[in-house]
Amino acid sequence: MGSHEHGTAESARSDTGAPGHDRPRETGEAPASSPALPTAPPAAPGPSPTPGPGGAQGPAYLNSALVAHPPLTSAAKARRFGTWYLAEQHLRGMKGYLDIVIAYSVGNPLVYLFAMGIGLASLVDSNNAGGAFGGASYLQFIAPALLASAAMMTAAGEFTYAVMSGFKWWKTYYGPLATPVTPEQICQGHALAVTLRIVAQSAVYLVIVLFFGAATSGWAWATILTSSLAGVAFGLPLMAYSATVTVEKGQFALVQRFIVMPLFLFSGTLFPLSTLPWFLQWIGWISPVWHATELGRVLSYGHAEPGWLSAVHVIYLLVLAGGGLVLARRVYARRLEG
Amino acid sequence: MPQTTSRPTVIAADQLTKRYGDFTAVDSISFEVPAGESFGLLGPNGAGKSTTMRMIGGVSQRSGGTLQIMGLDPEQQGPEVRAHLGVVPQEDNLDQELKVRDNLIVYGRYFGLPLSYLRPKADELLDFAQLSDKAGARVEDLSGGMKRRLTIARSLINDPRVLLLDEPTTGLDPQARHILWDRLFRLKERGVTLVLTTHYMDEAEQLCDRLIVVDKGRIMAEGSPAELIRRFSTREVLELRFGADRNAGAAEAVEGIGDRIEVLPDRLLVYAHDGEAALEAVGNRGLSPLTSLVRRSSLEDVFLRLTGRSLIE
Repeated sequence: MGSHEHGTAESARSDTGAPGHDRPRETGEAPASSPALPTAPPAAPGPSPTPGPGGAQGPAYLNSALVAHPPLTSAAKARRFGTWYLAEQHLRGMKGYLDIVIAYSVGNPLVYLFAMGIGLASLVDSNNAGGAFGGASYLQFIAPALLASAAMMTAAGEFTYAVMSGFKWWKTYYGPLATPVTPEQICQGHALAVTLRIVAQSAVYLVIVLFFGAATSGWAWATILTSSLAGVAFGLPLMAYSATVTVEKGQFALVQRFIVMPLFLFSGTLFPLSTLPWFLQWIGWISPVWHATELGRVLSYGHAEPGWLSAVHVIYLLVLAGGGLVLARRVYARRLEG
Repeated sequence: MPQTTSRPTVIAADQLTKRYGDFTAVDSISFEVPAGESFGLLGPNGAGKSTTMRMIGGVSQRSGGTLQIMGLDPEQQGPEVRAHLGVVPQEDNLDQELKVRDNLIVYGRYFGLPLSYLRPKADELLDFAQLSDKAGARVEDLSGGMKRRLTIARSLINDPRVLLLDEPTTGLDPQARHILWDRLFRLKERGVTLVLTTHYMDEAEQLCDRLIVVDKGRIMAEGSPAELIRRFSTREVLELRFGADRNAGAAEAVEGIGDRIEVLPDRLLVYAHDGEAALEAVGNRGLSPLTSLVRRSSLEDVFLRLTGRSLIE
């Protein structure tokens, strides 16, 4: 088509069109890297002075006035923002199943809160004269637990099959691998996109919890952070594991059934951890869901807990998330650059 | 290489080696590619071509030797090296979750290119790849040839001066291959350095100024297609078919005609300067092949001569 005369005017029209995609800090061009390289001036319109020899007008691309910034600028930008670029790609991919994401984020809390916070709660509260939930209603008691569990469940989906897809099924990791971004950034970008999804989902969840009147404290908003932290504390080590899987023969289904479900059921979610027999209580102690749930109870209705224990919760979650990320980065680098 | 000193060197490999455990995929190969050249690695599957390409592309660590791309070491300066390149991998790894046009834009983002550049650029590239009417289509709805063209368009999003193509036309029908060749040739005319692997001799002859013949991780020969044919084969080849079981027996009877004879399972190849004269000589010996064909020598013959095997097995 002859309609692509986007010339130098193009660059003057700065990124007004896409507030969501261009990060504000990137507008500053990297210093015009003097290429100490034996190349021709990068991206000159063409080395031959004759623009269209022998009627080789051809497609617009060949005579384009659109010139990319020099390679060393690409490299400098990728080194700084590569993780963001990859997160952007994942989020665009999620747009393809946005309806599912929204239905899940809204439907999941409604189902659980109606079934347990209303249905089951009417039974529990009428039999609970002694205040087994520290003075809170059953709905208040389980809301933070459901919030943290939902974060874990989303992480369980996004850090298993999606990882396998990146390495093997759709090989989406290998496209960016050939560009200036690094394998570590490919790992981090995926992790960041999922984290953002979990934060958004937790925020929606909290709004619904508030509608149910299940959080009373002014600090309830912070449960968005604690439950998201549960999601990544569970998800990043899982991501590292998923990256080691070369043949998927049902491992991820086992993760769902024998890790996710027990963590949901035995993390002091539906009943206090102390009511479990002692030989099952360790599940709660290692479970990111329990730690986030206890924090959530402190934040959303003032559940009484010693300060040092709250600190343990936070530190444990951070260590799991950080350790998982370090491992995952290592596995990604080894597998992608082998 | 001495004859190319006038142009700056884009790729310099010296004793480049890649081992996987006990297996040596690339066995200390050395070559240089000057700017603007179209350079090919010709060899059968498993010869080490793709491994070499992955090392050049800065996505695989070498086991030995040195490698410089634009004077940079891809292991030390991976992002800088990759920023200079456009890469078309052997296997299409387009993002299936994204639309055709978004594939180009998202890929361009990895180079830190702004959307104000990428949006019009993506349209130009879709036009270049003859995919404008597919801009909003899903990747999985594209044919094999279209996916390949999209992958090539994607590799051009950063205006690379060096394009790495790993088996660019494998699996495509003849028409799709010719469209691709045309596009690659136009890029070459614009001064883009092309480095490609192929196991198709016609592709190598069409696109490569110079090539190395690779087998089992080693370089068997190096030169322009014409040079290699001149050096390792005769001008013409006479192909004779006597029927499945009789080719080997007939080889003895044909002995002495032409410079050299190769016995393949399905035919005899008689290498001669004058194929028609050779055919006449065969007739004079009272031999009557089922079919006969006189053709010019090709890189396939060079490969056969160098390795005793056929390129496509």
